[in-house]
Amino acid sequence: MQFFLDFEKPLAELEQKLKELRDYSTDGVDFSSDIKKLEKKSEKLRDEIFSNLTRWQRTQLARHQVRPHTLDYVEHIFTDWFEVHGDRNFRDDPALVCGFARLDGEPCVVIGHQKGRDTKEKVYRNFGMPNPEGYRKALRVMQMAEQFGLPIFTFVDTPGAFPGIGAEERGQAEAIARNLREMAALTVPIIVTVTGEGGSGGALAIAVGNKVMMLQYSVYAVISPEGCAAILWGDGTRGPEAAEALKLTSMDIDALGMIIDDVIPEPAGGAHTDHVAAAAQVKSYLKKHLAELQKLSPEELVEQRYQKFRAMSVIEE
Amino acid sequence: MAWFKKSKAPIAPVVNKKVQMPEGLWTKCKNCEEIIYSKEIERNLNVCPKCDYHFRISARERIALVIDEGSFVETDPEMKSVDFLKFKDSKKYSDRLKAALKKNGGGEAVVTGSGLMNGMEIVVAVFDFGFLGGSMGSVVGEKVTRAIELGLEKQAPVLIFSSSGGARMQESILSLMQMAKSSAALAKLKKAGIPFISVLTDPTTGGVTASFSMLGDLNIAEPKALIGFAGPRVIEQTIRQQLPEGFQRSEYLLDHGMVDMIISRREMKQKLTQVLQIFTKQSPAA
Repeated sequence: MQFFLDFEKPLAELEQKLKELRDYSTDGVDFSSDIKKLEKKSEKLRDEIFSNLTRWQRTQLARHQVRPHTLDYVEHIFTDWFEVHGDRNFRDDPALVCGFARLDGEPCVVIGHQKGRDTKEKVYRNFGMPNPEGYRKALRVMQMAEQFGLPIFTFVDTPGAFPGIGAEERGQAEAIARNLREMAALTVPIIVTVTGEGGSGGALAIAVGNKVMMLQYSVYAVISPEGCAAILWGDGTRGPEAAEALKLTSMDIDALGMIIDDVIPEPAGGAHTDHVAAAAQVKSYLKKHLAELQKLSPEELVEQRYQKFRAMSVIEE
Repeated sequence: MAWFKKSKAPIAPVVNKKVQMPEGLWTKCKNCEEIIYSKEIERNLNVCPKCDYHFRISARERIALVIDEGSFVETDPEMKSVDFLKFKDSKKYSDRLKAALKKNGGGEAVVTGSGLMNGMEIVVAVFDFGFLGGSMGSVVGEKVTRAIELGLEKQAPVLIFSSSGGARMQESILSLMQMAKSSAALAKLKKAGIPFISVLTDPTTGGVTASFSMLGDLNIAEPKALIGFAGPRVIEQTIRQQLPEGFQRSEYLLDHGMVDMIISRREMKQKLTQVLQIFTKQSPAA
């Protein structure tokens, strides 16, 4: 599937030319010097584009249609994956996937928002916006992780919790709130990776971790840029401005020094250009943090997590 | 096509010729739209005498309604927000803060402290919707968390009266994190067996509803208060439908099992005392 953001297009055209040249050169004609030249040019162009991204462009990358989603990471990082379904109260929520797997042999729980890639799947996954039953399923599975002493890996990628009548009726706020409280008390390691969009309470509801990381081109904020613009200026199309104001990129959030533990570098051009390499990078960070957390006792895990979030404030006294 | 060109400026619209009344003498009820003598509403604890609509009141007024006179000891009155992101929309956040402080005579969107309620020691956090829409940034999250921790320390029940538009956008990610921080403190309180009552007043939405406000051992609402996760406008835009009558009001939440009871302002103090005496196994005060 081919899909390019506006600022990716010049690069994509160059890459296309390169590909054509390579295809021709197999017929015995030697284009190697041209190919080299073009490769250099392409690399230079990529550096130029990606070193000057605006916050809005980074937001677009975080939402990129071809960006790896939770189930892509599951495929490339874990083995023995099986998904489990339903909150035992209402129904299953395909916008939030939960299951069990192994990380290099180590049994674990994996939870993450799931977006679709084509229109049909996007609708099926509700654009990655969970309903209360999604959060309740996640809590059910996280409590099972505690029961069996398994570490929890969560992957955050949602525009936000779904704002609909049914969601309100069934207690969207209560479902999120309960997850925040219960996650804070879980006695197993929780490692959170913001892979795409970290949208507000709908993201946080699976993101109260001992370790929290963001991919290089992911974003994390209290509200989507469009929502912010709609409230501030009554104009949802002013998202680019709001993105600047919200300081939502991994770099911005890392600079605050208290929210995230690591920024995970992505392949040049973004995670969507190479799912396998992106997943390998994520995996190495998951393993590093898991090894560290496994040294802590259950009580220490709860306390470390509590103190981590307890310290999050900038105030004047 | 000359006739399309206007040679004269259009006639100016008629200036609003409404009868001017002295400010504040009469108040129009937001619910029943009845015009009522303001003093009468005040005498009635800021509740509409016609339809029982509960007007928004300040944190100080609320404290006076539930805490025994002279017993309130405020905590962290000087804590102030910082514009660490240099956030600017139509105005700078730092200017908004200054204006809010001036308007409110100090304080923040929440007032915290301890005091006696019919003789029983309790810890309270009371939101002030008048201060930047009761929005939760670092200071609000920190004060609420400290109040919960004070309850733990004193082994005293914790009461939070919410009235908030949600997380404060101007502190972006850090506002979001206040939801996790305060909810984590509630996990400790629950483990220690100390009661926490959440009282939801008009309006309570967004990140405040989606954290401590929905986590009360009891959730109590004032009548007809707007309570929800997403605001009604956001939902309407998403589903492109008119919302049902009474949607996201206290009575609707009671129907859907999200709040335990609806208590009018007049009876709030008595009811809370009764509830907490049972939860803490105290005999009713004479």
